[in-house]
Amino acid sequence: MASILRVDDINVYYGSIHAIKGISFEVNEGEIVTLIGANGAGKSTTLNTISGLLHSRTGSVTFMGETLGKVPCHKIVSKGLALVPEGRRVFLQMTVQENLEMGAYTQSSKAIDQDLEHVYELFPRLKERMKQVAGTLSGGEQQMLAMGRALMSHPKLLMLDEPSMGLAPILVEQIFEIIQNLHKAGTTILLVEQNAAAALSVADRGYVLETGKIVTSGTGKELLASPAIKKAYLGG
Amino acid sequence: MEFLSYLISGISLGSVYAIIALGYTMVYGIAKMLNFAHGDVIMVGGYISFCAISYLGLPGWLALILAMAVCTVLGIVIEGLAYKPLRSAPSLAVLITAIGVSYFLQNTALLIWKAAPKVYPSLIPTTNAQGESNALQLFNGQLSISYISLLTMASCIVIMIALTLFTSKTKMGKAMRACSEDKGAAQLMGINVNATISTTFAIGSALAAIAGVLLCSSYPTLQPTTGSMPGIKAFTAAVFGGIGSIPGAFLGGLLLGIIEAMAKAYISTNLANTIVFAVLIVVLLVKPAGLLGKYVPEKV
Ligand SMILES: Nc1ncnc2c1ncn2[C@@H]1O[C@H](COP(=O)(O)OP(=O)(O)OP(=O)(O)O)[C@@H](O)[C@H]1O
Ligand SMILES: [Mg+2]
Repeated sequence: MASILRVDDINVYYGSIHAIKGISFEVNEGEIVTLIGANGAGKSTTLNTISGLLHSRTGSVTFMGETLGKVPCHKIVSKGLALVPEGRRVFLQMTVQENLEMGAYTQSSKAIDQDLEHVYELFPRLKERMKQVAGTLSGGEQQMLAMGRALMSHPKLLMLDEPSMGLAPILVEQIFEIIQNLHKAGTTILLVEQNAAAALSVADRGYVLETGKIVTSGTGKELLASPAIKKAYLGG
Repeated sequence: MEFLSYLISGISLGSVYAIIALGYTMVYGIAKMLNFAHGDVIMVGGYISFCAISYLGLPGWLALILAMAVCTVLGIVIEGLAYKPLRSAPSLAVLITAIGVSYFLQNTALLIWKAAPKVYPSLIPTTNAQGESNALQLFNGQLSISYISLLTMASCIVIMIALTLFTSKTKMGKAMRACSEDKGAAQLMGINVNATISTTFAIGSALAAIAGVLLCSSYPTLQPTTGSMPGIKAFTAAVFGGIGSIPGAFLGGLLLGIIEAMAKAYISTNLANTIVFAVLIVVLLVKPAGLLGKYVPEKV
């Protein structure tokens, strides 16, 4: 399997706070890989660094053979790498449709209508609310919008930062189903989750982060079965 | 009839405030900074068009285009040199820099054009070559509206409509709104935030040039401090209407002009500014976000 993303010994700082302490991992084409870890472990920092919102002081990020170190954030999405950020961060004062159009900012305008149709098929609720301002959507609908918006850029690798945060169990199930469907349709997925049980059960492989370091890794099944992981992240 | 004529002069003055306020509000909305040098760009626009008409003998419309071009470049340069390096600095540092840029522009103008006021050749003088008045006469001449007032009001409406269409319909305009909400998320969409901010300054400064030409055409004394007071008034208008809101700047500008004209006519010329700011304070007490400003609830 070809590696689509390689993170090599990155160190990320917030001022003098050393948030990521030399982590390395890989995502292969066609996989679902998950990063799990407690609050403050550095999961979001890792995803934000890969997407160019933050920069690592040392180490490198390689996406489809290209080193991203010097590439500005706004040029990364057109390479096929999209992030659904923590807390959704949809544009609250813009309509659902406008949010999706922003997701297609780097795409040629001809294909947009078709892509909109595709996203509306995946998330029929968004279609009903396409003229509505995103600030008036429910949390779950905003999450769907954030995902749909990222899909508009035709990502090869889709990174999701806690897509289940704050959602009712039924919606969480729905979101995970959609993630699996996207995966089946050929999108590689890097998933960050607090909900370790759900994430590990859909993931091919997982990495466990603790205070800025990777402490364990393995296949989803292995990690699910590991007593240490059970104790720390799966509630016994 | 008297009342109508005061009202029209208020709307005309308010139109100039509104054009300036639109620039203020766009820059604030996207760069989240108060560009206190915005008023001085008006003054630069005034001088450039003055030189174009008086020294180069260019027609008014060409002088206007030249002033817009120079101010657009000036806006981009100011942003790139003075504000861009401070993108992640505390807002107080940016504010102080903006005040510095304002003084820099005023003093540079003082060096080049000296302190003595210039008499600005209006785009449409009050009387034409035959000595007839350049004004629209209504009600058997009881109400007279100068052509320059009409031009000012028309420009303001056209600009307002154009900006509204631009931000709601075009890709660039929508990208600006995305940047104004969340620069990080905008970058994740592939939007070049620096280029967007730069474009915003360009548009705001071009508007300031138009405002400068219209302002000086109605009030023909041009000096290095010409932009200060209208700049502050327009800032007030932008806050009045709800800073960051385009219709808010339009409404705020018009209301401010009308209140000022009425206060001058019926209360006292000296108290006019006091009254304008008193109204602002009352409005902000009742509606802290301004007339059309709104808080959008955030969902967790
Ligand atoms: N903007 C910031 N400034 C300073 N420190 C920060 C900043 N953002 C994150 N940190 C610190 O970096 C560390 C990693 O944070 P990060 O947000 O990556 O954690 P996380 O694993 O995503 O946590 P959560 O599950 O709560 O989202 C934490 O110790 C956090 O306090
Ligand atoms: Mg996080």
